[in-house]
Amino acid sequence: MQDVMGIINLNENEEMLREITRHRPLAAVPFAGRYRLIDFMLSSMVNSGIQNVGILVQQKYRALMDHLRSGKEWDLARKRDGLFILPPAQAKPSGYKGDIENFYNNLDYITSSRQQYVLLAGSAMVCNLNFRKAFQFHQNSKADITMIYKEQELEEADLKHSTIIECSPNGRVIDIAVNPAKATSRKVSMEMYIMSKQLLIDLVTASAARGGTDLLIDGILKNLGQIQISGYQYKGFMARIHSIPSYYKHNMELLKSDKWHDLFFKSGPVYTKVKDEAPVKYKESAQVKNAMIANGCVVEGTVENSILFRGVRVKPGAYVKDSIIMQKCEIGENAKVENVICDKDVSITAGKWLKGEDNYPMVIEKGTVI
Amino acid sequence: MRKKECVAMILAGGQGSRLGLLTKKIAKPAVPFGGKYRIIDFTLSNCRNSQIDTVGVLTQYQPLALNSYIGQGSAWDLDRKDAGVFVLPPYTREQGAEWYKGTADAIHQNINFIERFNPNYVLVLSGDHIYNMDYAKMLDYHKTQKADATISVIEVPWEEASRFGVMSAAENGRVTEFQEKPASPQSNLASMGIYIFNWKFLRRHLEEDGRNNASSHDFGKNVIPKMLDEGHRLFAYPFKGYWKDVGTVDSFWEANMDLLSDEPQLDIFNPDWRIYSVNPTRPPHYIASGAKVTSSLISEGCSVFGEVDHSVIFPGVYIGEGARITNSIIMPYVHISANAIIDRAIICKRSVVEEGAQVTWFGSSLMPSITVVPEHIVIEREVQYGPEGVIIKKQVG
Repeated sequence: MQDVMGIINLNENEEMLREITRHRPLAAVPFAGRYRLIDFMLSSMVNSGIQNVGILVQQKYRALMDHLRSGKEWDLARKRDGLFILPPAQAKPSGYKGDIENFYNNLDYITSSRQQYVLLAGSAMVCNLNFRKAFQFHQNSKADITMIYKEQELEEADLKHSTIIECSPNGRVIDIAVNPAKATSRKVSMEMYIMSKQLLIDLVTASAARGGTDLLIDGILKNLGQIQISGYQYKGFMARIHSIPSYYKHNMELLKSDKWHDLFFKSGPVYTKVKDEAPVKYKESAQVKNAMIANGCVVEGTVENSILFRGVRVKPGAYVKDSIIMQKCEIGENAKVENVICDKDVSITAGKWLKGEDNYPMVIEKGTVI
Repeated sequence: MRKKECVAMILAGGQGSRLGLLTKKIAKPAVPFGGKYRIIDFTLSNCRNSQIDTVGVLTQYQPLALNSYIGQGSAWDLDRKDAGVFVLPPYTREQGAEWYKGTADAIHQNINFIERFNPNYVLVLSGDHIYNMDYAKMLDYHKTQKADATISVIEVPWEEASRFGVMSAAENGRVTEFQEKPASPQSNLASMGIYIFNWKFLRRHLEEDGRNNASSHDFGKNVIPKMLDEGHRLFAYPFKGYWKDVGTVDSFWEANMDLLSDEPQLDIFNPDWRIYSVNPTRPPHYIASGAKVTSSLISEGCSVFGEVDHSVIFPGVYIGEGARITNSIIMPYVHISANAIIDRAIICKRSVVEEGAQVTWFGSSLMPSITVVPEHIVIEREVQYGPEGVIIKKQVG
């Protein structure tokens, strides 16, 4: 894998996650108690032996920079290679047009990297994937591009945020449908592509020259006749975060211990920024059932079917049910929250009751005091 | 090297033989403590939080775990340019090699290291005490008193005073008398083994002590009494707060249990005084539907299906359904199978307790002692118990 560089492309649709992406890119959205979404892809790449990772960022990436810093936690603070942040060349008043421009502006980095292959991925797919097998598959298949997919039934809500592929019996990708209305196959693209670096450079420059804006549509889809694409099936845990309900659902899924185990222990460890919090303190009055709790929390009340991020305080008599409580929130005495997502630094003062709907959790924005 | 105002030297070479099985394979400062830390984390974090950026760690006994744990010191923010943490084992010279013969000798053998930084002051610390302390305040006190040496002291109950080195001090803090483990103590101010010396003053005394073949080269026994006899300015710095020497299995267990009261004296949750340690890279822990957890500390990567009360659980521990753990310390990656019962025990890392097995005190005395299960051991259900605790049948991994 020394010959593969990773590019994490943060050209991702955040529209449906507005409440929790106002201050941060999707890649920096907190997930699973102590992580940010990007940790999963970064860790997968690093654990697969990739040592050179570029991150194509869009606007409001301060939170992401703060999280990544030197890349040391992912073992990417290196003398050669390591972590590179690839910002847009300039902020354009006309707004964002697509990822081709971003790739094009950062071609220097891509060209001068010494690896011959590139792995493209996003941050919205939460998984713990060893790319070594996929890369071997790519080299054996002699295809120009390998797309990684997962077979699953999609609900309509998921479908319109997904890319579906169709394969011929010999594994060639023969059709790609972006955000389709109807499913033509069960093969959902994980938006991860392995190809030679030269092909990526060619696709980007050719699309840019013809006014193309989107790598998938203008670079890959339009050339489906000329390039050979094969599909590689991934069978492990995968969660696609594209909306508040999907964010909520996939967090909660990790309360099933087999899923928790699948994501965190089947492949390599998942790295993240270290906060040096103390272990969780359960006081005498604590009552906890079916919960995932990160270090630094102090629990005096009741927690059920919920996820607590680092440094949360649950005061005596407080009741947290079916909720996601992010970093450093405080749930006051005898307060009750149910079906709620509290963003960072939220304080629910004593005695307040909050309840979201079963199918759509209530989101409390960062720093709110209720 | 840039000149440093103060260099810290942490004595971390002791065997800690009274900790028995806990220190069979690792030095005492590297023994896990408090659900995610190692004992030395408290001293290293105190240095970091007191803005002391140059730290020597003197190792000797079983140094592998400790050396690799400290590494470059980045966990404590001590990987710095022209400063940082330096592990200092004994080394060979032209005239042969010598082990560290005592606390003072360990510093004496590292005079060259300290001279590189040309400091005004040297802070001598132990790597095996649990406490949070701002050394910067002690240094201020040392400077205000124009002292040659300052010794940090803590009030202990009179009946325990004979276990410590005790100081008598005048109204202004000047030390008038020092007794090492006296039968009938004159004071209940115990030395915490924390000293600040003017470097030139200390250097002279270490060299003198080094030439004295009758000396056992120990700060408490030889160097401090001699300084006092010669009439130098020694001051006692009164420390208030939690401080514990975890020298025995009982005191180690107690210090862990001290963290479990609802409002413990030692605050490990203070965001302005973090206790830094090497991170195990584990996900948040999981508490299952049938589990019950009260008055406990639980760290990352654990899965808890059973019952945990008044216990300290380190990272990566598995606790099966129906298992019951009380008043115990469970170290990293221990596997406790379903329906096992554990009370007043310390289970060292990566051991396995099989289904339905019991690790408890079966002796008859009114004061039950703590059962220690060493690392990499399987406790089987049919295991035999004796008055000394568990008899082990086989080893794993």
